[in-house]
Amino acid sequence: MLSYIFRRLLSAIPFLFMVSLTVFILIQLPPGDFVDSWAAAQSASGEVVDMAMMADMRHRYGLDQNILVQYFHWIVGIMQGDFGYSFEWNSPVSALIGERMNLTLILSVGTLFLTWGLALPIGIYSAVKRYSIGDYVFTFFGFIGLAVPHFLIALVLMYISVKFWSLDVTGLFSDEYSNAAWSWGRLNDLLHHLWIPTLILGLGATASLIRIMRANLIDQLYMPYVVTARAKGLSEVRLLMKYPVRIALNPFVSTIGMMLPQLVSGGVILSIVLNLPTAGPLLYRALLSQDIYLSGAFLLLLSMLTVVGTLISDVLLVILDPRIRLEQ
Amino acid sequence: MSELNTPAAAAVQVNMANLRGGIEYASQWTLMWLRFKKHKVALVSMYIVLALYMTAVFSEFLAPFDPEIALRAEGEYKAKAYHPPQGIHLFDTTHGIRFSPYVEVLKEKVDPETLRKLYVSDADRKIPLSFFAHGFSYKFLGLVKTDIHLFGPQKKGDVFYLFGSDRNGRDMFSRVIYGGRFTLSLGLIGVMMSVVFGIFLGGISGYYGGKIDWVVQRLVEFIISLPTIPIWLAMAAALPKNWPPQYRYMAVTLIISLIGWTQLARVVRGRLMSMRGEVFVVAAHLDGCSEWRVIFRHMLPSLASHIIAAVTLSIPLMIVAETSLSFLGLGLQPPAISWGVLLTEAQNIRSIAVAPWLFIPGGAVVIAVLALNFMGDGLRDAADPYSH
Repeated sequence: MLSYIFRRLLSAIPFLFMVSLTVFILIQLPPGDFVDSWAAAQSASGEVVDMAMMADMRHRYGLDQNILVQYFHWIVGIMQGDFGYSFEWNSPVSALIGERMNLTLILSVGTLFLTWGLALPIGIYSAVKRYSIGDYVFTFFGFIGLAVPHFLIALVLMYISVKFWSLDVTGLFSDEYSNAAWSWGRLNDLLHHLWIPTLILGLGATASLIRIMRANLIDQLYMPYVVTARAKGLSEVRLLMKYPVRIALNPFVSTIGMMLPQLVSGGVILSIVLNLPTAGPLLYRALLSQDIYLSGAFLLLLSMLTVVGTLISDVLLVILDPRIRLEQ
Repeated sequence: MSELNTPAAAAVQVNMANLRGGIEYASQWTLMWLRFKKHKVALVSMYIVLALYMTAVFSEFLAPFDPEIALRAEGEYKAKAYHPPQGIHLFDTTHGIRFSPYVEVLKEKVDPETLRKLYVSDADRKIPLSFFAHGFSYKFLGLVKTDIHLFGPQKKGDVFYLFGSDRNGRDMFSRVIYGGRFTLSLGLIGVMMSVVFGIFLGGISGYYGGKIDWVVQRLVEFIISLPTIPIWLAMAAALPKNWPPQYRYMAVTLIISLIGWTQLARVVRGRLMSMRGEVFVVAAHLDGCSEWRVIFRHMLPSLASHIIAAVTLSIPLMIVAETSLSFLGLGLQPPAISWGVLLTEAQNIRSIAVAPWLFIPGGAVVIAVLALNFMGDGLRDAADPYSH
């Protein structure tokens, strides 16, 4: 067991290396660099920018070096906790991303738990009461949740809440807390705002998880061992929870690996629409202005989040299901 | 034997009665079609999907107005921005009931309290509509020059807004129809690219196994574990701003399909792996077929139905991806019209509060995605002979 976890951790290293390489290539991909877009912005506002100044800036930021050297500096810095310098914000990247990554993490993990909390009982209900009205209602909502893009749900919700409740659903904090230090009041404020994006983000994932749970449980419900247990006189609830549900639970854990990338992805676009202070909007701006170290840090951390999620789900699965342990 | 007693099986047998030689001789495709037809939701969805793609093919004929042009009725000096949708009245009841479709003209008025522009009904003035009306000229299917549209105002020069008008006074109905052309075709082309990647990589991975399989599988795992939207954003942001729309269209399609192929590669690989030891594959080898021939002539056709189902299920993902990217301004960009581009107009909370009909392209996305999903589900069930 421990050796399995150890091996699994080791195999994540080349993976993370690949991720960092991909991210670095991606942020270097746009033609030109930050100095070019900075110069364009300067000359647009009437300032004079000469070539010597641009060359000087390039030299200062290390943009004139060989790309491999740049990558090497970047990755070594990151290993020491230095994510580079944001040209646009004139501040170290790590100072900009800390709180935003935390909120991203809270949003993703919160959504994950909400998804589980909803999908587990609904999935069991849908499987046990197959083809009932409730089952059809959940299936219907499930399909809507799968089909409608996150940003569209967010837009419609924004419209409805402004039109009918004159309520603002954007952001994660009220004005008085947005720049305040952490306190109980701020946490409370966050929880008050968090549930809307969490619900929107979780809709699609909940829908697919309900379908998986329902299908798996239905497969189990008519197995001979269930009949045997019932014949022994076990109560229905205990019977259900003790055997079939436990087996049908595997995909819940194994889908974390699949769901986290989706949640992180969906979170980015949702945050841009709802203007949440998470990674999304800042990443978007950084990508447009070619603020490469900032966008690179976000891309790397978001990708790492999903890799770590897969890792956790693999380990949990081994703990949950002895059969997988034996295969190793 | 119990299977034959279910009503569904009986229904199939009745249908089979007029089939030459009976169900025993029906081809795999016939069986698949018979199973698919039983799934009513999937069948209806298939018709919706076909209808949507027809609108994409015949956009010019179906759209009453040029989507690029700010409409101006004769005698008016400016286009009407955010004009609300006008419902079509099919029957004229002024002199008994007779079939003569028309729309009521809406008058512009200013709300005395809020000073906002309002449109109120002016029941006396009607704009009569007719089928096969003359409108802007175009080339039918790019071949025949004509100005006939499926429907439009009887008098050339009159305007009406079935889905309202946008910020510039352009007809939303025509724009939604044209937008479908880009979005739907992008989904289709993107899927084709995914199929090429997916079948090629999944094929060699499943057929050869061993080291090649290991490399391809790690690649697939790697791509699956990346959060797609940030990566898409990064790739789309790298596209040069001054590219012409056609280039952008191809680039966006390529970006989206780069990630979509992984699912298909997994399906193809799994099937090929389990098929490798089958007698017909060994027989093909012993007959001296080349490896390519064995893969493409003997093995892949037997999972064609699965590939079709997987493809149908991935088109909606492509559509959502395009819509999201264009919505953020990183996918297709105006003057190109796609559903995503149209939705950028709905980004601003103030404009949607004034003009909620800007959501209509979103409705189109939802209908297309739902229909394709249901159809794909039905196809997948139909393609699997063990699903019953």
